[in-house]
Parts: sequence; C-alpha cells; structure tokens
Amino acid sequence: MARITAGVTTSHVPAIGAALDHGNAGNDYWRPMFAGYDWTKKWIAQERPDVVVLVYNDHASAFSLEMIPTFAIGCADTFNVADEGFGPRPVPVVEGHPDLAWHLAESLILDEFDITIMNKLDVDHGLTVPLSLMFGQPEAWPVKVIPLAVNVVQYPPPTGNRCYALGEAIRRAVQSYGEDLNVQVWGTGGMSHQLQGPRAGLINKEFDAAFLDKLTADPEALRRMPHLEYLREAGSEGIEMVMWLIMRGALGEVVKELYRFYHVPASNTAVGHIVLQTAP
Amino acid sequence: MNESELDDIPGTTVFTGRQSRKGFHLNQFCMSLRTAENRARFKADEGAYLDEWSLTAAQRKAVLERDWNAAIAEGGNIYFLAKIFASDGTSFAAAASTMVGMSQEDYVAMMVAGGRSPEGQRSIKEGR
Repeated sequence: MARITAGVTTSHVPAIGAALDHGNAGNDYWRPMFAGYDWTKKWIAQERPDVVVLVYNDHASAFSLEMIPTFAIGCADTFNVADEGFGPRPVPVVEGHPDLAWHLAESLILDEFDITIMNKLDVDHGLTVPLSLMFGQPEAWPVKVIPLAVNVVQYPPPTGNRCYALGEAIRRAVQSYGEDLNVQVWGTGGMSHQLQGPRAGLINKEFDAAFLDKLTADPEALRRMPHLEYLREAGSEGIEMVMWLIMRGALGEVVKELYRFYHVPASNTAVGHIVLQTAP
Repeated sequence: MNESELDDIPGTTVFTGRQSRKGFHLNQFCMSLRTAENRARFKADEGAYLDEWSLTAAQRKAVLERDWNAAIAEGGNIYFLAKIFASDGTSFAAAASTMVGMSQEDYVAMMVAGGRSPEGQRSIKEGR
C-alpha cells in the first residue's frame, strides 16, 4: 500500500533558481539561504521518497487567463520546463507517475473534489525551484513528481479550509493505491511577500513565525484564516501559503516537526521551510 | 465578495475579476512573450507588436514606458507583467523598486534589512 511519510514546505522564489543556474549560490547574499537546506538534503537522501505530490502554483506559464483551473493534477509521463520569458531553466525534465496520478484524479473526483486533469503541463519555477532546493543540480531528478497546480493568481484562490480538505482526500487516495510507495507531499510558495505596487517588499516575520508554529500544532486555526488576513498581513503574494494547507491536510492530525528554517530575504520574499513527519 | 475590503489595503491591487476583465488583452499580450520568437519580434519593434493586441491607449503607454504601477491599474497582473521585464532582462527586485519609488540599491538594502514593516500598511480606513 502506498503511504504518505512526510511533508515538506518551502518557498519557491524564482531568484533562487536563477542564483543556482548562474553559479551564484555560494556568494555572500545567497550562501546563508542555501545553507538552510543542507539538513533537508541529507534527510531526503536517506528517506528516498518514490513519489512527491508537489503542490505549487503556475505563474502565468502554463495557464493564461483563457483557462484558470482552481485545482489541476498533472497526469502526463513527463513535464517540460517552461519558458518564463528568459528561456527554460537548465534543469532536468520532470518525470511523472501517471498511474498514481490517474488514481489520485479518479479517487479525488469520486470523493467530490472536481479536479482538472492535465495531460500536458509545462512546469515553472514554482515546481522546479523546490526540486533544486532539495536535490541540488542532478543529471535527473531522483524522484517521480505529481504536479498539483493551485490557482493563487486570479482572486479568489481556494479557501484554506478547502485546501486542507483536499489534502485529507489526497491522503485517503494515496492509502487506497495498491503498490508499496513512499510518498511525500510538498506545499510550496510563501512566505510573506508582496511583488506589486507601492507596498512591494512587505515582510511580516511575526505572521510567518506564527504560521509555522500553527502548521504543526494548530492547523485548525489556519483552516479558518480568511483571505483578507493573508493579504493584509503577509502581502498580496503571501496568499500562496494556502497551498501549504494541502500538504498539512495530507499528513493526518498529528505530526512531528523535524526541521525548520526561516530567512529574509530571497529577492523580495521571506523564505520559510519546514519538514514534518507523519505519525507511524 | 466585498471588494471595498480588498481596496482598503494600502498600495495594493488585488487581481479580482474586475481587474482581470480590464486587463485581459494586456495580460494575454504578456503571455505571448513566453517564446523566444515573440520576444525577438517585440524587441525589434515594440509598437508594431503591440498593434497586434487590443490594448487601450493607457495600457499601451504603460507597457512602452515600463510603468508597472500604471500597468497594474489598467488590469495588468504582476506575474504576467513579469514576462515583459524578464524579456528586458530586468529582475523582479529591480521592477519592484520602480513600483515603490526607490532606487534598486535602496530597495535591495531595505529587503536585506528585513523588508517593509506591515505596521501602518494593513488598512487605510483603520489606519493600522
């Protein structure tokens, strides 16, 4: 039986990918940020997950304003790296797990989550930067990935409560898959940041710290947080954090926090990273 | 949905349906810059390229002047507009610095010092 063993959240700032791709990860600006992932790199090399359900948002790369699915799951064999305006990142093609992805899609729809099925999906920094942070610069990614794209660009994104409930449904779906697979769920984006307008550059360390605390200890409180509170407190782009609740919902009620890292800034953004282990 | 609450956040334009309708063609133009071929055509003759899109005069001016706050007011979404400044070879931080009226150097220094405090930046009407 497939099982969810751990959850990881991380910011997915595009400048992190650019720093790595252009050989700047070791400079004074970036070294402390990358060092915050050293623990996780060692941990994941030991954990060796078979599949990651990677919750992220597309940034006007695969989805224009023509079609805006709230939740979409990548069921293809492979996912090409998107050209975001400066050419595709020089990273490996992302391999999917179409059999588990289709199982998830079918299970979720019958469990009343009307998810969009994607048989072709180019993935942008939202998905590839987290892979780079966990695995560095390999020839091929050492894990199969099921992209789960969430709309957080067009207001309104799904509520935190709906995201959490989707996570719970993903947990049920994974557990009903026959093959023995070690599955992780990652939630990406955040933490506090605003990229637009005269308020750009907003960072709220107190909000971020409280969010990280509650993610482990009191996710029920986060389920009820309205969008307006994210927008006011964490910046207009900080609302990406609703995606972390999909990860959290997929882990079950009780989790153990294994590792946490917080750093300001990566370009315009507060970087938050947490590793949670499910109860055995 | 109560749009007045969303409009109450200082210096922020939430990308609601209202903004999305206003900016549809502007954002779709931005989306077209995902290919090297279109970027080359745009750079070769920006005016001619923009003629292919149904932009308002204000949207066209905002693009040509790289005035991101004006582009956002006209319905542009920052992730779509990012395709323009990526095509220009401009970083997100450099673009953001122009939106807040700071030099890039001062903006980056503000971020390194911990970013913009949320104090006084939460609500216009409540002054907090």
